[in-house]
Amino acid sequence: MQKYLKPSVFILSTIPFLVILYKIFLNKLGPEPVKEITHFTGEWTLIFLCLTLSMSPLKRLTNLSVWVSFRRTLGLFVFFYATLHLLTYVGLDYRFDWQPILDDVVKKKYIFIGFAAWLLLIPLAITSSKKMVKLLKNNWRKLHRLVYIIAIFGSLHYIWLSKTIFFKPLIYFIIIIVLLAFRIKIKNRNVNYG
Amino acid sequence: MIKFKNSEITPENIYKNRRSFIKSIGLGAGSLAISTIPFVNKSLASGGDKLTSYKDITTYNNYYEFGTSKSDPYRNSKTFKTTPWEISIEGEVEKPIKLSMEEISEMFVSEERIYRLRCVEGWSMVIPWMGFSLSELLSKVNPTNKAKFVEFESVYDPEQMKGQRYPVLNWPYNEGLRIDEAMHPLTTVVTGLYGKKLPNQNGAPLRIFIPWKYGFKSAKAIVKIKFVQKMPTSSWMWASPREYGFYSNVNPNVNHPRWSQATERIIGEGVWAPRVKTLMFNGYGDEVASLYTGMDLKKYF
Repeated sequence: MQKYLKPSVFILSTIPFLVILYKIFLNKLGPEPVKEITHFTGEWTLIFLCLTLSMSPLKRLTNLSVWVSFRRTLGLFVFFYATLHLLTYVGLDYRFDWQPILDDVVKKKYIFIGFAAWLLLIPLAITSSKKMVKLLKNNWRKLHRLVYIIAIFGSLHYIWLSKTIFFKPLIYFIIIIVLLAFRIKIKNRNVNYG
Repeated sequence: MIKFKNSEITPENIYKNRRSFIKSIGLGAGSLAISTIPFVNKSLASGGDKLTSYKDITTYNNYYEFGTSKSDPYRNSKTFKTTPWEISIEGEVEKPIKLSMEEISEMFVSEERIYRLRCVEGWSMVIPWMGFSLSELLSKVNPTNKAKFVEFESVYDPEQMKGQRYPVLNWPYNEGLRIDEAMHPLTTVVTGLYGKKLPNQNGAPLRIFIPWKYGFKSAKAIVKIKFVQKMPTSSWMWASPREYGFYSNVNPNVNHPRWSQATERIIGEGVWAPRVKTLMFNGYGDEVASLYTGMDLKKYF
């Protein structure tokens, strides 16, 4: 049973990707398809980010260590969907036309912070293997705390791009804050816990 | 000139065929005689832009009174009541008047006007509106010499418009124009589209349309038109003065803080279509640029 869990998580995590592929090739994206893809991949990045951050609180709540074994897979899917999101914007929307893209990154705070979040994901994705965990030892743990900053950046990215204050971006922001607050508590009680 | 009646319904395919027939007659005087459209965009006349589908025009709307998502207006406006409807023209005028929709359709002849719609969010449509110049309606009242601006107020009815139950914007929706902008022949009172009665989600029974400004300037479901002395503060200016100015002319050189305005996506062109360059004044510069002579359009955005 245990050994099927991780592959199941992997397979389940590919479903949003398959859904968007289906929608693209069967023309199910409505009048503004590029925006749909951008929003879809962006939202799934945030969902996977929340899922990744939920694993150690879940372990604590349920006393089951199996949760943290999904963290790597889920975390890598954060990077996967974030990269699709970025590629949609840079490639599909702006056709690698760098001038307006650079303008956006510099002038628009939500793009700046979103891009920063993606950059910060890179070292985490690179050092995700077991080998790297061993190699970096304590530094690995420190490095991977970057995910907290990434989560805040990601939710701010969503809030700042919304036209007026809307419900959904705030929900993600609150979930992320709660998940991060959980860690502060844990740390106070138990110093050894990452 | 054909008088447009609400009962007159032209299916989209026939509508398009009729248009291609008109085009096929040729570029000579014949087409001029048939065309009652005074201000068709030049690129349209030469066949550059194609009409956005009726489906996209009527299912992809920004109309926060009915909800903030693009599909909300179509879904939530189906039972919206537009009869009876009355429009009050008041403020700095000699004789304020109230007109019912019936009176308005008696008094003014709606004609087909194909205009490009550019949304501030960076997308655009080409819409065959039915309507007449706002100046015709405004000429029914004599503004006093104090009148400098025209304010438009949309209907407030949270019972029917569920978006108004939330403070997304300060309701009722409010917009404004300078008098010379309001009197410009391109500024249109819209009563229909695609030869049909104006659908609820597009601002029925009556809205304005200003083709050289971003879409949000074109207020929907109007109940009050008021001549005023001071520049009105529109709903979007209230919401975010840094992002939305009073003029809001389509201008590829002035960026919105969250969207580049240099390019736009054409609705209905599909997932692989590239963006196209946005034109100054949405391509209506020849007609309207003179309204802004000597003005710093970066400052008065």
